[in-house]
Amino acid sequence: MRPVSYSRAFDVGTAVGAVSADPESTFLAGGTTQIDLLRIYVEQPRRLIDINDLPLNRVEELPDGGLRLGGLARMSDVAEAPELVRRYPMVAESLLLGASPQLRNMATIAGNLLQRVRCGYFRDTEAACNKRVPGSGCSALDGINRGHAVLGTSDNCIATHPSDLAVALVALDAVVQTEGPGGARSIPIDDFFLLPGQTPEREHPLAHGELVTGIDLPPAPVAATSRYIKIRDRESYEFALASVAVAIAVDGGRITEVRLALGGVATKPWRARAAERELDGAPATTESFTRAAAAELAPAVSHGMNAFKIELARRTIVRALEQMTQREVAA
Amino acid sequence: MSPAIGGTLNRVDGRAKVRGDARYSAEVPLTGLVHAVLVNATVASGRITSIDTAEAERADGVLAVFTHRNLDPVASVPKLLPSLAGLAAPGQTFFPMQDDAVHYSGQPIAIVVADTVERADHAGTLIRVEYATTPAITLLDQARDEAYVPERIFGGLLPGHGSRGDVAKALAEAEVCVDATYRFAPNHHNPIEPSASTAVWEDVDRLTIYDSTQGPNATQFTVAALLGLPPISIRVVSHAVGGSFGSKAMIWHHPALAALAARQVGRPVRLALTREQMFTSCGHREEQEQRITIGAGADGRITALRHHKLSLTSRFDDWAEPSLQSPAVAYSSPHYEGTYHLIRGNTITPTFMRAPGEATGMFALECAMDELAERIGIDPLELRLRNYSETDPESGHPWSSTGLKECYQRASELFGWRDRESRPRREGQWLIGSGMASALYPVTQPVNPQRARARLYNDGTAVVEAGVSEFGTGVFTAMTQVAADALGLPVERVRFVGGSSDLPNVTAAVGSAGTSAVGSAVHIAATQLRDELIGRAVADAHSPLHGADPGAVAVQDGRMVLRDRPDVGETYADMMARTLTPDAEVLGTWTPPPQDAGYGVHTFGAQMAEVAVDADLGVVRVRRMVGVFAPGRVLNRKTAHSQLMGGMLWGLGQALMEATRMDPRSGRWANASLGDYLVAVNADAPDVVVDTIEVHDEVVNPLGMKGVGEIGVVGAAAAIANAVHHATGRRQYELPITLEKLL
Repeated sequence: MRPVSYSRAFDVGTAVGAVSADPESTFLAGGTTQIDLLRIYVEQPRRLIDINDLPLNRVEELPDGGLRLGGLARMSDVAEAPELVRRYPMVAESLLLGASPQLRNMATIAGNLLQRVRCGYFRDTEAACNKRVPGSGCSALDGINRGHAVLGTSDNCIATHPSDLAVALVALDAVVQTEGPGGARSIPIDDFFLLPGQTPEREHPLAHGELVTGIDLPPAPVAATSRYIKIRDRESYEFALASVAVAIAVDGGRITEVRLALGGVATKPWRARAAERELDGAPATTESFTRAAAAELAPAVSHGMNAFKIELARRTIVRALEQMTQREVAA
Repeated sequence: MSPAIGGTLNRVDGRAKVRGDARYSAEVPLTGLVHAVLVNATVASGRITSIDTAEAERADGVLAVFTHRNLDPVASVPKLLPSLAGLAAPGQTFFPMQDDAVHYSGQPIAIVVADTVERADHAGTLIRVEYATTPAITLLDQARDEAYVPERIFGGLLPGHGSRGDVAKALAEAEVCVDATYRFAPNHHNPIEPSASTAVWEDVDRLTIYDSTQGPNATQFTVAALLGLPPISIRVVSHAVGGSFGSKAMIWHHPALAALAARQVGRPVRLALTREQMFTSCGHREEQEQRITIGAGADGRITALRHHKLSLTSRFDDWAEPSLQSPAVAYSSPHYEGTYHLIRGNTITPTFMRAPGEATGMFALECAMDELAERIGIDPLELRLRNYSETDPESGHPWSSTGLKECYQRASELFGWRDRESRPRREGQWLIGSGMASALYPVTQPVNPQRARARLYNDGTAVVEAGVSEFGTGVFTAMTQVAADALGLPVERVRFVGGSSDLPNVTAAVGSAGTSAVGSAVHIAATQLRDELIGRAVADAHSPLHGADPGAVAVQDGRMVLRDRPDVGETYADMMARTLTPDAEVLGTWTPPPQDAGYGVHTFGAQMAEVAVDADLGVVRVRRMVGVFAPGRVLNRKTAHSQLMGGMLWGLGQALMEATRMDPRSGRWANASLGDYLVAVNADAPDVVVDTIEVHDEVVNPLGMKGVGEIGVVGAAAAIANAVHHATGRRQYELPITLEKLL
C-alpha cells in the first residue's frame, strides 16, 4: 500500500471540506472493498478521511411514508430494521444475500453503492483496463469474462456492477441524498449509476468530495410483496451470476403493478423497463413472464464465456415472477 | 483406565489456537526483525533486460533490495524428491534469482527488505523491470502436439507408463466399451495461513528458520543443500502451521530466500507470502485431461482398462500427480495399460494437492464406471461388487486389509441406496438424483526409519518428542494418546512436543502417512520405555514386583501391577523416587516395511451423494453425503471424523467450484484471490454422514493405521457428478460442474 495519511471527521461539513479541498484524498467508511484496493495499488490516495463517526447510521421514517437509510448505516443493521423488512422485503433480502456476515457488519449502505467492480483486470495493475487507466484498453473483452456483463456494455468496459442492494434500490426508484462542496442535492438512483460508454472510469455523477448521506426509499405499497433472488456459484460470500429484484401486484389474474431489476448481468444495476412494459396489465402467466424476459434480454451482447448469462437471466426473471405468483418447493 | 486411543480427546493445541496464543511462523517475536517482500515476474517467459532498483532503495524504511545481480547465489539445487523420502525435497529443480531468465509468471525476481512489511511492499512497486518476452505456453490446448511420455514422473518415483496383459486385444474383444475423456481445471490449495519463513542467523554457521512446513527436516535438508551448509548449521522450527493441503509438503523458495536475505542484511528477516503469491509460489494441481477406456463383458465384468493422462508440467521437471495408481488396482481387470503424457509449459512445477492423483484419477474411473453400469443396465453398486478384486490386481498379492465390501454395505444402509429409484425424482423445480463412487488411497510407507523419544520424569509425567509439525491434522493430540496408552498414563500426564528439526527425525507428514509414521515411532519409544521401567522394577529387591515375569506386568494409571493381581505393584514415581532416578528416556525407532512386502496396501471407502439440480437454472445443491471408510486403526475418533468430513467437503468443492483460470494472453492466473477462487463455504455444506469400518492391519505398521487425511476426498466428486447425471441425464466430463453446463 502506498504511504497514506489518515484523519477522522466528526461532522459532515468538515469531512466534505477536507476531501473536496484535496484531490488526492478520499473518504473511508467501512473499508471492506477500499482497503483491499489500497493494498493492491488500484486506488492510491494520499489521505484518508475516516467518516465512521458521522451521524449518518440510522434508518429513519420519512414524512411521505418512505424510509431513509443513513449512508453510514451498516448492511447488517439495515437488513434487520423491522420497518424495512415489513415494507421492502426485497431490500432486506438483497442485503442478506450479499457478502458475508463479517463484511455486512462493517460495510455501509453508501459504500455498498459505491463499491468498485470485481473484474479481475480492474484489480490487476499489470492488465489493461479503461476503468483504472482510461485509454489503456479492456482486457476483459476477449479475456476471462465469465462473470462479466451482457447488458449496458460498451467497447470500453464490460465489468458487472457488483452490488445486490443497488438492484433492489433501482427497482424502487430510490433517491440518493448527497452533500457536497456545492451543498445538498438529491439524485434519482437510476441517474446515479452511469453506463460505461466512452468513460468507464466515471461510475456516478458525484463531484470529488461529495458525500452520500443517505438513500430515500419512496413509499411503495407494492414493495411489501417483493423479493430478491440471487443465482451464484456458491451459497454465501459470492457475487451474483444473475439476480432479480421484483415487486408485483396481481389482481384478477392480471398484473396491476410490477417493479423489476436485474443484477449480475449488467454494467449498472439494471432496471428492467422493457420487461415491465410487457408485464404491465398482462396475465400473470409463465407465458407473459417468458415474453417479458425475452424483451429485456433482447439487446444483450455476449463476450464468449459469459454467453450463458443471457439465458440464465431470462430464466431467473421467469423464476422470480413465478415464485411471486405461485408456490414453489425450496431445496 | 480406558484406552486413550480410539477416544475423542480434544485437540491439545485447541485452546492456544482459539485464544490466539499459538505462534505461527510469521508471528514469532524477534528483536531487530525486518521484513522481506518478494517481487514477482509479471511475464511468463523471457529475460529481464533491465531492472532498476534505485527508487526502491531510496524509499523510506528500505534496508536492501536484492535481484539476481546482488543476491548470493545458491550452492546447489537438490533433485526433486517427494518429502516422504525424508531427504531434501525442493518443490522444483529450478531456483529463482540466479540469472535473468523468466520461466513463469510469479517467479521471484527481487526481494525488498524494509523495517515494515507495508514499506517493503510499497518499495517493491517502485522497481522498474523491463523484459524481452518470448512466447509462453500456459494451457494444454496451446501445445498438444508437444506432448511426450516421460520415463518417470513424481520426482522419479513412478514410471510414466505401465501395463499388464494385452489391453488392445481385450478392448477389441470386449462386449461393452466405455470411452470417455475428463477435463480438470487447475486447483490451488489455499490453506488459511499463507506460507511464511522467518530466518535468524545466530552466527555465520548457525541459522534458525521458523517455517510453515509439513516437514521441518525437509526444510532443514533442502536449505542446507541450497546454502551449502551442513545440516548441523540449520535448525527449523514449526510451532503451528495453519493448514497446508500439500502446499507446504515440498520446500519452495521462500525459506532459502529469507535466509539469504537475512544473512546479507545482518538482521532476522520475515518473509510471508501474500495470498496472491500463494498462487504462484508453492505449486498447484495441474491442468489435466484423462481418457478412460473400459472394456467389459455383457455382465459388467471388466476385462480391460486403459487410462491415459495428459497434463501440463514445468520447463524443469517431469511432474504429474499420480492419477493412474489407484484406478489401476481399484477393480480386477486382467488387461491394463496406463500412460502419462506431459506438456512442458511456463509454470512453476505442479505439486501434491490433497489426494494428489486420486482426486482426479478416481473421478475419471468412477464416472466411467457409472456410465458402464448405465450401459449394461445394472445398479452402479452392483457393478462395483461384480468387479471387486480379492487381491491386488497388479501384483496378485493379497490386500493387507480391505473392508471395501463392508464400506459399500454400510454406506448403502446409511444412505438408503436400496431405495434409490432408477429414475430421478422431481420436487418442484428440483431434480433429485443420487450417485456413488469407490474410494481408494494408497498406503505409502516412509522409506527411512522413523524416530521418537520418550522420557518419563520421577513424578510420573512423560514428555514424548518427534520432529513432526502440526498443520491442523491433530497429530499432536493423537501422539499424546498413543504415548499415554503405551506408557499406561492418563493423557493429562503426557505432553507431546514436535515441530522442530532438533527433535528425533521423522519424515514430512505427507501422503496420509504422517500420523502413522510418527505414531509408530512414538508407540515403539513409549512401549520400550515402559518395558524398561518394568524391567527395573522386577529386578529391584525393594519392589513389590521383584522377581515377577515382566510379561505379567501391566501399567495402569502410572502404576505397574501384576496383570492378574492388580493389588500388587507400585507406581513409576515410587520406584524412581526410591532408586533416586530423576528420569528415564528411550529413543524408539520404527523401521517401515518395504513398500512391496508381499501385500497390496490401500485404504478403501465408499461415497454416496444426493443432489438437487435446479431444472431451469442449473444450480446444483448437494443435499446429503455419506462416506464410509476403512482407515485401519483410528487414533482419535473426533479428529479422524473431522479429517474425513473435511475431505468429503473438499471433494464437493472440487466437483462444483474450484478452478484457477489461466489467461493465456498474459500467462497469469486470472483469479488469484480467495474472493475469486471459490472454495466451498458452510452454506454449501450438506448433511454429511461419516462412518468407519474397523479393519485390523498387521502389515502396515505396529498400530495398524492406514491414514485418514485424504481418503475422504477420493470419490466424493465422482459421487456428486454421478448424482448430477442421475438427476438430469447429463454426463459431466469437466470439473468444476458450474451451472452453465446444466442450463
